[in-house]
Order: sequence, then C-alpha cells, then structure tokens
Amino acid sequence: MANPKAVCNGHYHQKQNNLLKSGIYKKNGIAKQIKKNGISNGSFYKQPFTEHFEQAPMYVAVFTYVGFTVGTIFGYLKDFLRACGIQKCPFAIEREEQKDFVPLYQDFENFYTRNLYIRIRDNWNRPICSVPGPQFDLMERVTDDNNWTFRFTGRTIKNVINMGSYNYLGFAETDANALKTVADDLQKYGTGVCSTRQEMGNLDKHIELENLVAQFLGVEDALVFGMGFATNSMNIPALVGRGCLILSDELNHTSLVLGARLSGATIRVFKHNNMQSLEKLLRDAIVYGQPRSHRAWRKILILVEGIYSMEGSIVRLPEVVALKKKYKAYLYLDEAHSIGAVGPTGRGVVEYFGMDPDDVDVLMGTFTKSFGAAGGYIAGRKEFMDFLRTHSHSSVYATSMCPPVAEQIVRAMKCVMGLDGTTKGLQRVQQLRKNTRYFRQRLHEMGFIIYGNDDSPVVPLLLYIPGKIAAFARRMLEKNIGVVVVGFPATPITESRARFCVSAAHTREMLDTVLNALDELGDFLQLKYSRNSKSSRPELYDETSFELED
Amino acid sequence: MAAAMGQQWVLVEMVQAFYEAPAYHLILEGILILWIIRLLFSKTYKLQERSDLTPKEKEELIEEWQPEPLVPPVPRDHPALNYSVVSGPPTHKIIVNGKECINFASFNFLGLLDNERVKNAAHASLKKYGVGTCGPRGFYGTFDVHLELEDRLAKFMRAEEAIIYSYGFATIASAIPAYSKRGDLVFVDEAACFAIQKGLQASRSNIKLFKHNDMADLERLLKEQEIEDQKNPRKARVIRRFIVVEGLYRNTGDICPLPELIKLKYKYKVRIFLEESLSFGVLGERGRGVTEHFGINIDDIDLISADMENSLASIGGFCCGRTFVIDHQRLSGQGYCFSASLPPLLAAAAIEALNIMEENPDVFQVLREKCKRVHKALQRISGLKVVGVSFSPAIHLQLEESQGSREIDIKLLKRIVDYCMNNGIALTQACYLEKEEKYLPPPSIRVVVTVEQTEQELDRAASLIREAAQSVLN
Repeated sequence: MANPKAVCNGHYHQKQNNLLKSGIYKKNGIAKQIKKNGISNGSFYKQPFTEHFEQAPMYVAVFTYVGFTVGTIFGYLKDFLRACGIQKCPFAIEREEQKDFVPLYQDFENFYTRNLYIRIRDNWNRPICSVPGPQFDLMERVTDDNNWTFRFTGRTIKNVINMGSYNYLGFAETDANALKTVADDLQKYGTGVCSTRQEMGNLDKHIELENLVAQFLGVEDALVFGMGFATNSMNIPALVGRGCLILSDELNHTSLVLGARLSGATIRVFKHNNMQSLEKLLRDAIVYGQPRSHRAWRKILILVEGIYSMEGSIVRLPEVVALKKKYKAYLYLDEAHSIGAVGPTGRGVVEYFGMDPDDVDVLMGTFTKSFGAAGGYIAGRKEFMDFLRTHSHSSVYATSMCPPVAEQIVRAMKCVMGLDGTTKGLQRVQQLRKNTRYFRQRLHEMGFIIYGNDDSPVVPLLLYIPGKIAAFARRMLEKNIGVVVVGFPATPITESRARFCVSAAHTREMLDTVLNALDELGDFLQLKYSRNSKSSRPELYDETSFELED
Repeated sequence: MAAAMGQQWVLVEMVQAFYEAPAYHLILEGILILWIIRLLFSKTYKLQERSDLTPKEKEELIEEWQPEPLVPPVPRDHPALNYSVVSGPPTHKIIVNGKECINFASFNFLGLLDNERVKNAAHASLKKYGVGTCGPRGFYGTFDVHLELEDRLAKFMRAEEAIIYSYGFATIASAIPAYSKRGDLVFVDEAACFAIQKGLQASRSNIKLFKHNDMADLERLLKEQEIEDQKNPRKARVIRRFIVVEGLYRNTGDICPLPELIKLKYKYKVRIFLEESLSFGVLGERGRGVTEHFGINIDDIDLISADMENSLASIGGFCCGRTFVIDHQRLSGQGYCFSASLPPLLAAAAIEALNIMEENPDVFQVLREKCKRVHKALQRISGLKVVGVSFSPAIHLQLEESQGSREIDIKLLKRIVDYCMNNGIALTQACYLEKEEKYLPPPSIRVVVTVEQTEQELDRAASLIREAAQSVLN
C-alpha cells in the first residue's frame, strides 16, 4: 500500500502493522519499498528495491525446537554413556602429564560441537582437488566411526556443480592464456615477500595495483592488504579509538566486529538494515553524549556491509548516506561480497544505487570473491590513505601481498573495466545479473522461502529444521551438486539455511540442473514453505523478461 | 458437608483473630493497605530525567555537534609516509628506489624466495588450481594441497597435527583468543611482538607482563598468583593459565630460555604457547626451531605457532601441537573459520620449500655461522651497539646513547641507512606504531642475514655500516 491511509473505492485502508525485522511493511510476506510509479520516497531509490524475508509457518518453528531438543537429549545420553565407560571416547584427550592442569576446555562449551555438530560434520570442510570454478572435483571421503575421523578412498567425484564457492564473476579459472601474466609474474617475483610494507616489502607491483583499484572505484587513492579479514581487524582500530562511537549493523561479519572491539571504542548495534533504528541511535548519541560523563563523542562511525552474506540483503545505502550527512557521522562500507557482483559495470553498491563514491568515507572490500585472488583493499581520499599508510597496523607489522596474487587482481580488474580491449568483463557482470535474476525467480516460483534482495547473487534458502540440514546437503551431493549449508551458531537457531552463490560462469543448463534437483528434493524433504501463490506460468520462459532495465 | 464445616471454622477463626488483635496492629495494617493503594494508582516516573530536553533543544544539540575529522592530517615529512619502492623481486640482489643493493632487510633466511624448484611447484599448482580459493575452509575452500601441507608440517615438526592460516599476522592473533577467554590469565614477555599483543587484546584475558627474558620476575608473578589461588580455590580451578613467549624475539633478537620455562610450567601448572616465526627454519639441527635447539620434547609445548613468511618464503602461518589442542582452532580460530583459505600456489610453494629444507639439513648450520660472523664484525662500532644473540639472523643495531628524543634518533639512523643504501647495501629501520605498542623498543636498524650472502658481502656490509656510523655520528 503506497499511502497507508488512502481511501480507495470508498474503503478506508488501515495501515498494516506487520513490521519485520527490517522495519518494512510486509504484505503477503513480500516487503516492498513503496513503489508508486516506480519511485519511492521521491529521491532515494532510482530503481525498485525489493527484499524478501518471509516468515515460516508456526509449525516449522515448533518442529525446529523439537529437533534441537531431541538432539540435546541424545547428546546428554551419549555424554553419560561415555562418562560411564560404556562407549569409547573417540576424541583426543589431554596428556597424562598434564591431567592435573586446569582443563583447557569446559565440558559445556563443547557440548554442541561434540554431540550435534559432529553428527553432520561431513557436510563441511569437503576437500576439493580442482579449480573452484562452476564445476569442481571433490575428494571422496568416508567415515567408519560416525564422523569422528575421515578416510579418503582415493576416488574423486568429478564435475560436481559448484554452488558454494564465492566465484561471482567466474575468475577462478585455469585457462593458460588468461593466466599468462600471472605465470610470468610468478616467475619474475617468486611467491613470497618476506617483509612489511614499511620496511622492504613495498613492491612496484603494489603501487600498480593500488592505482588500478583507485581508478576502478573512482576515488583518489587506495591501499591493499594481504588478507581480507585482517583488513578490517587491523584498520578499524587505526581510525577510531576511545571516546568514539561505532554504530554497527546487527549482522556484520566477524572481522568487522573484531576490528570494532580491538579499537576500544563504544559499540552500539542497530537492527539489521533498519534506518529508523540507526537514526534513533544517532540522535541519542549526539544529544546525550558519552554514557555517564555526557561529554560529546569524538566521532561516530557507521559500519555496514554492501551485501550481507548470510541474508543476501543489500544495504540501504542512499538512506544511510542521507543520515550520515545529516548527523555528521562517518561511513565505513565493507563491500566484500558486493564489489564486482552488483552494479551495472560491477563497481559495487555505490554504483548500484547510482551514488557518488565520495559520499562514502571509507570504501573497503576484498579480492577473494569476485576477483578470484586473495587480499583486501581500503580506498578513499588521499589524506585518509596517507594516514593509513603511516598508522595502519598492517603496513607496519604484516607482510604485504604476494606479487602473483596482485597480478591476478590486476588482470581481473582490467578485464572488468574493459582495459584489456574486450567487453568480456562487462559480459561477465551482465551474465551474473541474468543468472541471479533467473535463479531467484525460479526458486520463488517453486515455493521455497528465499531471503534477500532480488539482485544479490547470494541466495539463502531456508531449511529451518536441523535434521534437514544434513539431509539436504548429502542428497544434493548424491545428485552431484555441491551446496553450502549453515546452521547455528552462524545463523539464529531457528533459521538454518542453504546458501547458494550464483556465478557468472554458470551456464543456463547448470542452473537448470540445480533447479530441477532442488524441485525434486524440495518435494521429498518438504522444503517448500512459502505461502505466496505460485505463478502459473508455463515452463517456457520468455528471455525478454530477464533483460536489464536500461 | 465436612468441607463447608471446615470453611466455616476458618472463617470463624479469622473473625476471632480480628477482634483479638491489638489496636495498634490494626491501625498499622490499615495504613499499609492505604499506602499500597496510593502507590498503585500514582503515576510512574522515570529515574533519569531523560524528558528534560525539549525537541528544540535536541535539534540545537544536533546542529552544534562537530566531530573530529576522520583522520588527523599527516605531515608531509612523516618518516613512514614515503615507502622505499622495490622494483622487481626482493631477493638477494634487490633494486630499491632504482639502486641495486645487496639485501640485508628481507627475512629471506634460507634464500628460498627465488628458488627455481619452489617456483616450478607454484607454477604447477597455478595451472591446476588457478589463483584464489574462493571460500573459507569450511565451504569448499579446503584443497588437497592444504591437507598435504598440514600433514607435512606436522611430520616435520614431529607434532601430531598442524593447522594453516592464510596470513602470518592472523595466526597467533587468532590462536590465542581461541583458548584464552575473559577471566583467564596470560603471562607474557614484555617484548612480545605486536601480533601477540593484538591476540591478547582480542582474548580479553588478564595479562601479566614479566620483564624480558627474566625468569625470576616470571616466577615472582607465578608465586603471587599461587597465593591468590589459595584464597579462592574454587575460582582457581577454572581459570586457565598460559605463558606466551617467542622463540627468537622479533623486537630484540634474543632467545627465550625454554628449559627454565618448562620447569616453571610443571611447577605452577601453566601452559606454554610458543611463537616461532623467526626461529622456525633457523634454529635446531634440522631447522625445527627452538625446541630442537634445546633438545626439548615437542609435546611439552602446548602450541607452537609460526609464520611461513620468513624461512619458507611463502605467505601464511601455521600452528602445530597435539590434536587435543590444535583441533579446537578448526571451529574457533577466527582467522581460520571466517577467512578465505591460503591460495594453493602458495601452499604448493611452501611444500616444496619444506622438501628443500629436509633435503639440505646443513644449510641451518651455514646460516648460523654467517650470523655469528656478522655479529662479531659489527661489534665495536663506535656509537652503535648490537642487540641480539650471536646466532640470530635478525639483529638490531641501536644507538649506544640516545641523542635527545626519539625523532632525532630515528633521523640519525635514517641517515646511516641512506648512506648504506647509496653504497649498495639495503638496510631498513625496524618500524613500530609508537602509540600502540605496550613497550616501545628504542629505534634501531634491522640487519638480516641470509644464506645467500657471501662472506665478502657480509664483511663489506659490516665495514660500510662502520663507515656510515663514523660519518653520521661524529
């Protein structure tokens, strides 16, 4: 409903108070930013912003809790049997000489791991032995003692469709032509650097890469680091300290949380993607100052991510920037999953919303996902980068990025920017968008509950009931499809999910294979919880419905 | 009928009690009841006067508030602002800022940075796996090369299990918080490197610093803790205790007295975490580090953490020890679970480097001889003193007397470094974040010895430093 109090056909429509965790109005489970003539709020969003966070029926929540309770009871039973000596203890134990030391782990800390996680442990840490492209080869492993130890049979499961790796633009490839420059640089530079940026580790390769990253993002300067996780945990403490305030989204990644904690600043959490919650926190912070002393805060930093990897939601960047300007806060945007994956030319959420990169104070991202390499970057204005060059923990104490990896990023970025003279990069970005739209559309039609924004290549499919986590992953592997399933504690306890990562390298046939398998499995495991009406379209899909807006 | 009779009885008793109660009692009860009724019907009030500010005042406060700039401006001549640019690989002969020099600054101890076999192994891996792993270890980021590298490292160190991280700094910084939580106790050397300090900060445990390499001080702290424990034995039973030391200290070049530490470990029941970044591949008959140097059983150390960025000339780090200890990190090491895994070409390079280390066990003795030579040659330079043990490949040259302030010292050392660079020896100053370090070491020049340096080069470097010190400090 666009206007909550509109009188339409003589009926007075009451505002529905079905507020979801994102604070958006919900109707039939679909949350829409108000779409009246395609534009909402007048100026914020230039294109429709649709996110879905449908709630499951009540019986599902009940069964989820029942499942966990049963698991816990059996866990206690097993612990009891092991303590009595009836069952063997298959896990490692402390040394004899150190038996009277204070125990390294408390029993209750590991209860979940010992009794619930171990049962379904074979769905994670699956070793692969090929490039993590759209298809890969898994090493077959079996367990003789209920997942306590694994044994490799020596066989490989070939050509498993890869729906788990973060390979959004398909740069995880082994084509000799494509990797020629990387191979040359490997021969020239070797694999190590053996020094930090400030000492003897600043290679000309790093400078070339930083200039390219700055050019790609449209900012003045950039700095690259050897590890994406460490980029957050080592640079946020350099920016803020005691007496500063960090406003962090509920569902931020561990690296952002760790960086915020290490900085010593006060942290306040706002509800996921909820602008009212953020605004309230900002107002209270400025009006009431620091707790107890009521001194003014030195600065306020808002930490958000471009795409949240567990929810598939995209940050409401225009609104966040508007709030930041109004209240004079600073914005730190972590584009780990969105750089290269969204935006008409792959430049991330800033481009996706048609905004100016100067509006975001700190642009951070990683090269692991869309560029098929490793490492992270921070980009922004020149004075800011100069400060980081001198004060970042990483420049002073951590080894710099390895040159062949830097070259991989350079060639991937040049491809996306079109600097190699072809349009292959742009085609990849567009193919990713097509694949994302198609995949999400089909899943919705089948009746699964999918979270997240329509344009995000991260697709969480809700499973809820703990027993289905393992069943889903194992059966998909039997059908030669590799999926990622996530449960507690990475997600809330009732919302276990399977997470698909769509890639530009997936062909239509691969996606169709996966979708057919999901259809079958969805019926078998009864995963189609969605209560929205299913589309009654015929099987043939009209290509034009997936074309880009402009 | 009986129930009704029972009820009647109770009622009669109540009325009787009412009549028999003393007057003051009844009046008191009456007043209490009236008070309760009043409280029930009075308006609630908040304890804090949050409603004191009117909306207009709030708007004014919001208008007036001015934050600090995001970053303070950095002066143009900040010593760390302009990095030296290395063109080409940072190998034995290095081109710094356009000048060709002999490299005395990169931690390439065994010279494996441009070893052909290592590069070929990395090439083969590149052809097979591409560059990145596109995922953390839990989600299809585990490659067979990772499993092989972990296996090989565990066998090499004669430990039960090893776990690899994709970044050297993150190794010890993720390992410590995985075991030590809020309320636990960690005894750490003053001169511990920054990565250890960050790991300790992330763990939120109680930190007790003991003087650098001073076992008496450590014992004093342990004794004090024992007295505390006796006061509260129940709490003492659940507080975990750790000692964190480095094999060869990055900041001072000293070696830790491991045999005494082991004695203290069993006497006071404290676990030992050993950080061996600079001693792995350097000390010991076969390069297994400080445990082999002292002939100590590796099972006596609970956790050994090292990074592969020095001797192994790769990127990343590893922890090794007993499965009981190491396996825990697979679910609670933050840098392991929430970060992409090591690119396979780097893992393949590390495996090949390990092969070379195993095949040439005499290279370690050669390295140690060269270290001793340099150490001796750098003695008796007027104005500079050598800090570090004689067999440490990474030693420091500090000013004998500080010339006033830290900035002046740094400038003087920089002139010495520039003099050497202009004459073909690449050196660097040891860099620190001055405001963040707990115990800031004095400014120094880092001198790194590698196996690839010939004896003439070592002698030449020593005499050049002597000349530089002469001309700058006199």
